[in-house]
Amino acid sequence: MSASRELILSRVRAALRDALVVPEVPRDYRPAGRPVDLDVLVDRLVDYKATVHRIREDEIASTVEGLVSGAVLVPSGLPQEWRPAGALVDDGLAPDRIAAAAAVLTAAAVAVAETGTIVLDASPDQGRRIITLLPDVHIIVLRPEQVVAAVPDAVARLDARRPLTWISGPSATSDIELNRVEGVHGPRNLHVLLLG
Amino acid sequence: MTTFLGMPATAPRGVGNLRGDQTFPEAAHDALGNDQMRRNLRHATTTIRGKSGKVIGELPDWQRLRDAGSAIKADVMARLPFLLEQLEQNVTAAGGIVHWAADANEANAIVTRLVKETGSDRVIKVKSMATQEIGLNEALEEAGIAPVETDLAELIVQLGHDKPSHILVPAIHRNRSEIREIFLREMPGVDPALTDDPPVLAAAARRYLRETFLSTTVAVSGANFAIADTGTLAVVESEGNGRMCLTLPDTLITVMGIEKVLPTWQDLEVFLQLLPRASTGERMNPYTTMWTGVTPGDGPQNFHLILLDNGRSAVLADEAGRSALHCIRCSACLNVCPVYERTGGHAYGSVYPGPIGAILSPQLTGIEDNASLPYASSLCGACFDACPVKIDIPSILVHLRNEVPHPRGERAAMKAAARIMDRPRLYASAQRAAKLARIAGRRGRGLPPPLTGWTASRDLPEMPSQTFRDWWAAR
Repeated sequence: MSASRELILSRVRAALRDALVVPEVPRDYRPAGRPVDLDVLVDRLVDYKATVHRIREDEIASTVEGLVSGAVLVPSGLPQEWRPAGALVDDGLAPDRIAAAAAVLTAAAVAVAETGTIVLDASPDQGRRIITLLPDVHIIVLRPEQVVAAVPDAVARLDARRPLTWISGPSATSDIELNRVEGVHGPRNLHVLLLG
Repeated sequence: MTTFLGMPATAPRGVGNLRGDQTFPEAAHDALGNDQMRRNLRHATTTIRGKSGKVIGELPDWQRLRDAGSAIKADVMARLPFLLEQLEQNVTAAGGIVHWAADANEANAIVTRLVKETGSDRVIKVKSMATQEIGLNEALEEAGIAPVETDLAELIVQLGHDKPSHILVPAIHRNRSEIREIFLREMPGVDPALTDDPPVLAAAARRYLRETFLSTTVAVSGANFAIADTGTLAVVESEGNGRMCLTLPDTLITVMGIEKVLPTWQDLEVFLQLLPRASTGERMNPYTTMWTGVTPGDGPQNFHLILLDNGRSAVLADEAGRSALHCIRCSACLNVCPVYERTGGHAYGSVYPGPIGAILSPQLTGIEDNASLPYASSLCGACFDACPVKIDIPSILVHLRNEVPHPRGERAAMKAAARIMDRPRLYASAQRAAKLARIAGRRGRGLPPPLTGWTASRDLPEMPSQTFRDWWAAR
């Protein structure tokens, strides 16, 4: 194993014998810190077939109850007042029980307005990655202050050491004649509860 | 201790999928007879060009992002040994295990050994160019391990006993009704009332793979990016099959070409803007998963990263051709290429088709094993314009054409021509001789042996009745 390590590194060094100049990277593209437009986020989410609900924080539980009938899975760190009646708390549930849930309700880490992307970072209010993968409906609560303008803002805010899932609309494929079709392996329905 | 004085090496023969059975002109000749495939390709590439152009137009700084992406990649190549060691250090510190594979055989052997150690006889796979390149599926099957492709297009290819024909959409040569027929024929337990409506076809794949995702303990993936300064790996996908493979199993094995490393976490802000817009024509792809080593209680608890050379060091050694390694596998160059749109991907004989394949495959294998590929282009330059990291594909094609070993007769003729053109009096008499040849022989039919190869794909120009010199002298 380490023999191949030395072999590859020595090959690469030999290949670079002409002493490449390390170029300066021009970073004059639009930087982080531009103003956030929530309407852009909503437009992009809807364009990629997510359903957006603009509600108050005290309306979360009732909105969820109106969206799904059946067990709603929640991560253990989700605020109590957000949880619908009879919520199923993930305390290390087996995959088949997670898959059997009608929906999963989580918070989020960051959202990118320009691309309609929501990022989960597996914090206690978002849970381990499996719980947002197996149920067919994913409901995400988003606070306005979590929304950033563009990708550079999100990269700056996120912690690389956490497991990250970037979500832009429901599961989709472009594999049949390059047309986007929603609904393959991940949740086929994405609801975003944007608090205001 | 032995000191390894490695010299850059090309990808070995007899393993993997970088070399075709036919030359490009032979394979293209067959492909051009397939009207259905050409219609499918024209429809698909027209669709994607429209979508991509629209979302690229939304970014006022697209060209500046391309400049940044190009420079970051050049920086990666210049500092590759350092960055690979830094990546190894950070992945290891986060609980992953890093392996180094000098070529396809070694990578296949490492993956096979790691899978056998888990006791599993099946792996679920996320679509990955690197594992196709090294022929991993064939190697696993030989060892009694079943690889299950989980990407919809790869599944279509696998069930159809077919070969991929596009980097991003490997089943682009199939239309919906052909896909329906493949599913009805090959997918166990499929609903016989299946229609060719794309959402219905996607739902069939979802049902078919669900149980496999939940019951398989080992996954194999590639990587779109690996961040040296954090040890983070990233896989960009659409369907959620990637999330399944990267989240559910106990063991994750990632095979990654050494050129995929990026220096810093911040560099993702450039590539996450470039890749989806150039690739699927989306503002962002539906899912991207990023992980750093192992997270206790979340996702695979055993993570292996295999760093693959397999000819990349040889590409890196060619100063004029090394930027082929900048490729982020978006496939924009395929979608704009007039040659690809007509021949399809199979004609290129390699997992890397289209313009990028025409420069990458010959460099990975050594030019003699893919000598016809640098000619699989009209040098129109559309690929250069479309490339999100600005790889100058036409210039590398011309460079590689100069490296191709030419037949002896052609070389002799070129040498003679150069000698004659250097000497005005010889040139004048050669022109008179050519005029005589016009009177003596048939025209427009190509050159006689041993130069027939030269005119097989070129028209011999018609000789004018008077040379310029004769006209000048007579005026």
